[in-house]
Parts: sequence; structure tokens; C-alpha cells
Amino acid sequence: MLDEAVRTLKPTTPEEVRAILAEAGAAARHVEVIGAGTKRAIGALDRVDVVLSTQRLDRIVDYSPEELVLTVQPGVRMADLERLTAARGQMLAFEPPNWTRLLGARGEPTLGGVLAANLSGPRRIRAGAARDHFLGFEAVSGRGELFKAGGKVVKNVTGYDLMKLMAGSWGTLAVLTEVTVKVVPAPRTQVTLLLFGLADVKASEAMGLAMNTPHEVTGAAHLPSYAAHARPLKAQMPVTALRLEGFEASVAARAEALAALLKPFGRIEMLDVAHSREFWDQVREVDAFAGDPRPLWRLSLPPAVGWRGPHGLPGDALYDWAGGQAWLMTEEPAAKVRAVAAGLGGHALCLRGAAPAFGPRSGALGELQGRVKAAFDPLGVLNPGRMEGGG
Amino acid sequence: MKMPAPDPALIARKAEIVRALRRIVPGEGVVAEPSDLVPFESDGLSAYRQSPIAVVLPETTEQVSQVLAWCQANGVKVVPRGAGTSLSGGALPLADGIVVGLSKFNRVLEVDYANRCAVVQPGVTNLAITGAVEAAGFYYAPDPSSQIACTIGGNVAENSGGVHCLKYGLTTNNLLGCELVLMSGEVVRLGGKAMDADGYDLLGLVTGSEGLLGIVTEVTVRILPRPQTAQALLLGFPSVEAAGACVGDIIAAGVIPAGLEMMDNPAIRAAEAFVGAGYPVDAAALLIVELDGPEAECAELSGHVRLLAAQRGADFVKVSGSEAERLAFWAGRKAAFPAVGRIAPDYFCMDGTIPRGRLSQVLTQITELSVAYGLGVANVFHAGDGNLHPLILYDVDINGDLEKAEAFGADILKLCVAVGGVLTGEHGVGVEKRDLMGEMFDETDLACQQRVKCAFDPGLLLNPGKVFPVLHRCAELGRVHVHRGKVAFPELPRF
Repeated sequence: MLDEAVRTLKPTTPEEVRAILAEAGAAARHVEVIGAGTKRAIGALDRVDVVLSTQRLDRIVDYSPEELVLTVQPGVRMADLERLTAARGQMLAFEPPNWTRLLGARGEPTLGGVLAANLSGPRRIRAGAARDHFLGFEAVSGRGELFKAGGKVVKNVTGYDLMKLMAGSWGTLAVLTEVTVKVVPAPRTQVTLLLFGLADVKASEAMGLAMNTPHEVTGAAHLPSYAAHARPLKAQMPVTALRLEGFEASVAARAEALAALLKPFGRIEMLDVAHSREFWDQVREVDAFAGDPRPLWRLSLPPAVGWRGPHGLPGDALYDWAGGQAWLMTEEPAAKVRAVAAGLGGHALCLRGAAPAFGPRSGALGELQGRVKAAFDPLGVLNPGRMEGGG
Repeated sequence: MKMPAPDPALIARKAEIVRALRRIVPGEGVVAEPSDLVPFESDGLSAYRQSPIAVVLPETTEQVSQVLAWCQANGVKVVPRGAGTSLSGGALPLADGIVVGLSKFNRVLEVDYANRCAVVQPGVTNLAITGAVEAAGFYYAPDPSSQIACTIGGNVAENSGGVHCLKYGLTTNNLLGCELVLMSGEVVRLGGKAMDADGYDLLGLVTGSEGLLGIVTEVTVRILPRPQTAQALLLGFPSVEAAGACVGDIIAAGVIPAGLEMMDNPAIRAAEAFVGAGYPVDAAALLIVELDGPEAECAELSGHVRLLAAQRGADFVKVSGSEAERLAFWAGRKAAFPAVGRIAPDYFCMDGTIPRGRLSQVLTQITELSVAYGLGVANVFHAGDGNLHPLILYDVDINGDLEKAEAFGADILKLCVAVGGVLTGEHGVGVEKRDLMGEMFDETDLACQQRVKCAFDPGLLLNPGKVFPVLHRCAELGRVHVHRGKVAFPELPRF
């Protein structure tokens, strides 16, 4: 486990990262890799000799709004990137969460951390995840080799798509030293339609109906009583929300059509731009479940499955991605939560609590994952144990 | 372009290999007669041909698994093949290998509207997926030009794009899961119907891996509700620069069109002569802008686009007034390749991507190269995402023309990389751009990629001779080099 006395190195150049990792490999040392460390509570960690933070690799290398690409070092803070792109009417379409309140973490999340964890917010259902916007990188592998993959243009199939592999690898394969991501025009406006008092199964139906229209829903979430009642919404009954974004005339036309379609589900309220933004920020950050002592699970599921209460597990849930991402606070044993998720065709990640974050690896797929890890980090230098699965 | 020297010992084992394959796939599923192998000799990159030892056409995942396991145990190389429409030679057979064709995997297994996905076998064509779901108002978004013929398995292997990928993404952005058979014969499932999976994103890694990591035997794709309306605009410009600037203006205005294509004058003329789409044959450059969504959105954005075009001096503007007219606008663009095929006996289609801002510089230099090589060129361009398709015109019957065309193509791709772009935007590296990989990647970069290959196929039996200019033995790559001695950055705090 992490020892308070372990030193944190903050290299300022890719070459320094390379030197540190080459030496770590030679000396059989183990390195914890972090950005600002806001998500380091996720996943176990074996003993390490040193912490390597990419925080001081924080240069904006190139931003070409007209080319829809942004190249930065991984330590650039998300808040700074949001300001930078917003000034040019653009954004990262995958709406990455911070999860700092949720995890009770201090510090400012970095883009490197967001990519390493492949985070994405409510717009995932329309725009894809971090991995879908990750165009290229330079990194130092566990072998201490500085290498690059991908490119700095929006469309590229040259060589293996190692960006997909780095996204969601939690720093276990390589330390990113430069990343290129796609940026897109930010929508001019947004509205949110709210439905009230729907049972989970009814809400699932309403979200499915909306998602199967051509109205380009960019957020579909359901907050059952507990989640709706919690801060900050403090509603007296379950709330189901559907977001529309885009040009004004288009949003107005789609909102009208969608409201007509959803009439059988009862009263509909519209949130204006400011309230809509605020609402989806809260969904993205899972604010309703921040500060609760119960273990917190994230279930990734086929969107339309389940819905027998919180998927048959006692506890309290909040559903995003039209049901494809279920947040669940439950005291049930980890093995049971994972088995329910797997039985529904998905998987579960423990974000908060005593259980290991990741599920066990097994069979041919587990062995293949192990060989991929070894291809980049044969000595197990980087984030040892971080993605190791438990029961 | 040279393929690795075939192993005569393997070719000599043909009878034994065919017998073994027939034990696994009985009946007509193994093709071995030289005359029957002719249709498999080449793919969409028809300049290169090679007859394989045999072709096997399995019908089940179990058969694919057994074929690969037998080949691994016997050191036999394998080239996977879908419909054989690859433009980069990804399915080019090897003289000392067999071809595994997936054409019999042609069923749509499940359409799941509640989860907005379809589960299909890899031999189903791209267009047939849309065909299976369109009655319910859905479609499969990626639309490579060959979509009538190309298969979804091939699309996964090549990470295929199409004219609508600016807004809707490439194949990789529209996949949820697949079943993959490894060279060892092991079968793994990657992803499923959920939006992400546990562990490393191997689905994303396998997509676009050009048949070097495994054989896909089932695919789960995302399907989308069809937009309510679509409208196309034809915009003619007096210069390529003006058209290029207009593309930048459209994106700067916050508009991401469903499709945003450019054609230069030779391409406009060839297409117009071929299909009579109503293109302005005197324009230096033509933009086709497609807008989709609710009617109110198309009307609003169409107004924005026309205004921006006028400000850049567009002197030809035509807006589709009906679905038939919209399709007619596209007919010219979609027929651009065969149209060019009518004005020259042979052509090579290049596929580099560049930062859009460098377009006029790149087109000027391509024109200069065209003069220097004495070969004509027509340019079609996925302008929105900077993906350039120069068509190099040549005649294979003229001695030396093929080599000249290859050299011209290589110069164009080097130019793309030099201005900050890449070798291939959607066609893949294959054999065509294999020897140019060094332009983009150094030895270390390529070693990192090849170690991934080794994690999946340590014997290097799956589609060798493609993508990597040199395929190093895995044992050699796997070695960990520990450099002792002088320590870099001695001032840094250490362990």
C-alpha cells in the first residue's frame, strides 16, 4: 500500500519520464503513476517505491480550432482546457466528469487522468467516450521507451489504434507525455425535458422511446426517489430527464416533438439552458451519492436490461446513459454485484468501498489481457496491482 | 512492392494442407484447384495478384477455430478475407499461405431495437445491416463507398470510414462488441451490448488491425434512428483555395455537416461525363455539403452554409429539393472512382489525411508532381476531416507506368506526413503503404505496435507481410534491454 514516505517525482519533460522509468526497470522498482491523483482511490495498489505525477507536464502544445484538434501535455488541468476550448466555442464532446466530490478527493483532474480512466459523461450516448476522441499520443512504456502512436488529424487508421488501448488502462501500460484529442463545436443551446413519478421500469420505457426517435437525445437519466430526493435536486418523487442540444430552431422543434411523444407518461417540465446545464453537471458528477458512506458501484449494462428495482440488488440507484450506466449504492457482497452485472450482459466497477475496483480476469481473455500488459510493461513497473481484479 | 519470400517447403505441402482443411470443413468449403483460386488472387488493390495454397470457407466459429489451431500447429500462414474490397491489399494472398474467407458467415443474428444494436456475422455486407433495420427507421452509420459489397468483418479489420464519418464516426465508433478467434484457436468475446467492457479496450485495439490479430466471427454494431430529413448542397468555386476556406468557415461556424466532400476540376468533369449529376464542369472545385436532422435544423444550417459560400465567392449553388435530387448529387461523387476509371486504363487511389489548412499547398504540390511524373491526377476529398483521395491515372500496359504511379503515390503520402498528416485515413496500410510506415513511425514506435501483434499471434502467422515493413521475431522484440551505466538527469531525486 501507499506509504506516506514515498516520494513524488514531477518530471517536466518526456525525457525525464523516460529516464525515471528506464531506471525503475533496471532497479526492479515499482512506480505509481498519477496526474493530480484525484482518482487514485479507485483500484488497489501494491507497494510502490515512488510516485510519478504528470502534473508538471502541463503545456498546451497546439490548439487548432479549425482543424478540430488539440494537442497538450497530459498534466493540463481539465478546468483550464474547458476555458480554453469554450473561448473558441468548442468543447470535448465526451463531457468528462471530475468525480472529486463523489470520491472526496482534493485537487484538479487532468486530461491525462481522464484519458487513462476513459471517463465520459451523460453525452456518452450520443458522442462516445474519451476513447472515441483520443487521436494520438506520445508516452513512455514500462520498458522505459519513448514512443508515439496515432496522429494529429481527426481521421487516421495508420498502424494499430493504441489510443483505444491507453484509454482506460489506468496508467498500467505507459505514462502519457503528450496527447491529441478531437474537439467539436459546443452546442448553441440546450433544454431538458423532465418527467415525474415514474417507476424504474416506466422510466426505462420512456428513455428507450426517446432514444429511438431521430431527435438526437444527448442525455437520458433517471433518478429514483432516493437519488431525486438527495441534494441537490431535493425532488419529492422520481425524476426522469432527457436533454436536447444544438441550434435554437432545431432544439425547439425537437423539444416540441418529443414532448408530444412522451405525453402518455404524464406531466412534462422543461429546464431552460442554465438549469439544464446545472442539472446535467449534477448527473455527471453523481452528486446525489456524494458523501454517502455506503459502497458505490458503477454498472455498465445494455441500456434496456434489468430495471427490477436497482437490477435486483437492494440499495439505491441512479441511471444515466439511458440505463447503460447504473450507479448503485449497496451493501451486497462484491461477488454478487459482479455476478448480477455479468448476468445482465455487462460488468461492475467498485468506485467506493472495500471491494476491489475491477473484476477478476480469467480464461483466454484474461491471459490475452495479461500478454498485452506484458507487451508494454513486462517488468510490472507501472501501477502494480491497479487493475488487478478481485472477486 | 515486395512480399516476404515464400517458403517452398510449405508450398510443397499443399496436398497435406488441403486434406487437413477438408477434415475440418467438408464438402465444397475448401478451394484448391488453381483455376478456382483465381477469384481470390487479388482484392480491391488489383495491381497486385497472388494465388494462395488454398482457400477455406468455414461456416461456424468452431471451424474457424479448428482451422487456425491446425495452421498454428503446422506453421501455415493465414490471410483472412471478407468481400475482398480492400483498397490497400489487406486481403492479398500469400504464395505459402491459405486464405480464410468469411463469405458464408452471412446472417443477421439479432436486431435489438431496445438496446439499439444488431448482432451480425462478419460476412454480412455493410449495406445489408441497414437493410435489416431500415423498415423500423434505423440505419448503420458508417458508409464506405463499397458498401454494397464490403462486409462488416472487413470494415472491422480496416476501421472503414465513408462520407458520413465526419459527424457519425468511423467503424470503431459504431461497434459494441465482437467474437474473435485467435491464431491459437482460442475464442474470446470482446465487449457486448453495453457501452464499455472490463479491462483493456481490446475491441478498440482489434478494430483497424487489418487482420493481423485475429479473425472476427461475430460483430455487434450500434444502429441509429434515421434522421428526419437530409438535404444536400452543391457549391461551385472558382478556386480550390476558396472552396477550402469555405470548409473551414463552415466548421468555424459550429456546423458539423453529415457529409462535406470536395472534388477538383478533373474529378468534377469525369463524374459529370459519367453520370450527369448536374455538376458545374467549369468550377475549379465543387463542395457537396449534406445536412441532416429535423427540417427546422436543415433549413437553418442550409441558410448559414449558403451565406458562407457566397462570402467565399461561390458562383454555383444548387440545393436538393427532393430525396431523388439529393441522391443524384451524391451519385456523381460515389461514382467518382469508376468515372475516373473511364478516362484512364488504371488508377491508384491514395488515402492520406492532412490538416485542412494545408489543402491548397498540398494540391499545388500534387499538381507539380503530376507534371514531373507525366501522370494525370484527379482529386476527391473528404474535406470535412481532411482525408484526401488523389486518383493517380496510369496504364499498366505502358512499360514502367506502374512503378511511376507507385512512386508518385509514395511522394503524395510523404507530403501528407510532412505537412502534419498521416499515411491513411480510412483504407488501411496493407501492403500498399507498408514500406512507408517509417515516414510516420520510428523503430521504437513500430516495435511497440509489433509487440501487440506478438501478444495475439506470437508465431506471426496471421496476415504477415502487411502493415509492418519488417516483421521481427517476437522473442527478439520481447527482450528487455536494461541500459546500465551513465544515469540521465543526475539532479533528479531518485528512489
